[in-house]
Amino acid sequence: MRRQLVRVAGAEGIGPYRLLRVERGGLEAGVPGQFFMLEAPGRLLPRPMSLCLETRTELGFLIDPVGPGTRALAAVEPGASLRILGPLGNGFQLDVPRPVLVGGGIGIAPFPFTAAALGDVPALLGFRSAWHAEAAALLPGAEVVIDPVLVTEPLAELGDLDGRGVLACGPEPMLRAVASLAPRAQLAWEAPMACGYGACFGCVVEIDGRLKRLCVEGPVLTPDRVLPAARAAA
Amino acid sequence: MILNASGCLDALTAPEVVAGLDAFVTKTVTPLPRDGNPPVRIAETDVGMLNTIGLANPGIEAFVSDHLPLLAELPVPLWVSVGGFAAQEYARSCALLDDRAEVSVIELNVSCPNVAAPYESAWEIVSAAREATSKPLYAKLSPAVPDIAEVARAAAAAGADGLSLVNTIRGLALDERTLAPRLSTGAGGLSGPALRPIALAAVYACAGAVELPIVGMGGVACGRDALELLAVGASAIGLGTVLFTDPGAPARIRDELAAEARARGVDNPAKLCGIALGERGLAGEKPVENTVSAQTGNVAISTENRS
Repeated sequence: MRRQLVRVAGAEGIGPYRLLRVERGGLEAGVPGQFFMLEAPGRLLPRPMSLCLETRTELGFLIDPVGPGTRALAAVEPGASLRILGPLGNGFQLDVPRPVLVGGGIGIAPFPFTAAALGDVPALLGFRSAWHAEAAALLPGAEVVIDPVLVTEPLAELGDLDGRGVLACGPEPMLRAVASLAPRAQLAWEAPMACGYGACFGCVVEIDGRLKRLCVEGPVLTPDRVLPAARAAA
Repeated sequence: MILNASGCLDALTAPEVVAGLDAFVTKTVTPLPRDGNPPVRIAETDVGMLNTIGLANPGIEAFVSDHLPLLAELPVPLWVSVGGFAAQEYARSCALLDDRAEVSVIELNVSCPNVAAPYESAWEIVSAAREATSKPLYAKLSPAVPDIAEVARAAAAAGADGLSLVNTIRGLALDERTLAPRLSTGAGGLSGPALRPIALAAVYACAGAVELPIVGMGGVACGRDALELLAVGASAIGLGTVLFTDPGAPARIRDELAAEARARGVDNPAKLCGIALGERGLAGEKPVENTVSAQTGNVAISTENRS
């Protein structure tokens, strides 16, 4: 298990976000929904980021500069070098019937890569403002709603979701709302992480009724594992 | 000799990282199972990292029956960190480990900052553990005491075979927007760069006070950091927070340490152990030879240049 030192190939602003593109070096892309630990320049700990885009020569990560680590990553200039560890954790299961992608805000991050793996799949994206919604350009053809409309509204309009593979990433209230509509959805959960590979025991959430490490068990989880109400219903 | 700090590596999820160490130290095991503290458990600060894991572990009985057989397969010697809330709890866990050949050393965690402290002193805990086992016993001490050398002397008098210095020190961080504590328990254990000078001072004080091998730890991130802990009297180095950043740290720091020693004209870093305990460091003192075996915890100390 070794970090790779890779060169930053480019960095572009998209709404409030920044798309950081790095040369792949020896990095594998992994499965959509897995994550990488990105060195945050000047900070002690790396930051977990799902893979947003993959090309033959580059990997892309979408950064939402909301804290000291993500602000440091958003300030990285092309030509700089970054140490990256990954792919880590368990990603989305892609072998599902009639998949639909549901993203909220920065939760769009894993879906361009996911859509490339799945082919032409419907995507529903919710953002808090038109400025944030500029990120939808990363996922052409997606249906976009902006606050106060919630992304669960177009999801509910799809009708019976029982026979559909719903893949969701976004803030926890959104994931809970998606799970209430689609009890077998795959939810990309989040928690603060220090290491990303099971060493620090810092990223625990209640999984299967116990505090378990998200980086080992997830980050993609089904509602029956991570939501007590869904577990009771199951 | 390079080890992990207890609680900073899971051998079962990252065995390839363990293979780079000279010994693996388990997460602290308590008498009863513990889920640990609720999230949020970690927070980065400008000078280090706070954690409030809270000794999450399966309890000594499940550890012995379910985990030990797996850990016995590791390619390096096994040190088991034992914790508790009373001296007799430590003693009972030590007794359960005493006849387990796969356990090389028992480290007594008498200094976790994230749970209620045991009522008894380090002397009472080490004494009780000493009666329960013939395994080498290392006492892991907190630097948050008025005189850590005095605690080290007490641990030595009670029968400790070595010291692990230091555990984290309690710290607090606030959310920048809400000004509420970021960790679920308010305060947590501070590790990383801010702990390094504190660890250096603790090892320096204890190495001058007792003739026990010392595993030095606290903010080691590179070979130079490791070298300085050796210089103040540590004979082994524990890696903690750096493992979260860099799983390749054991091999990297080992290489950097060797290079740091060579740059000072010394072929083996162990020869620099205790060099700072003399007044002039490399400029005038012969180094103290003080080595520890990962397998046995046995120590060989030459005190020819100590008064």
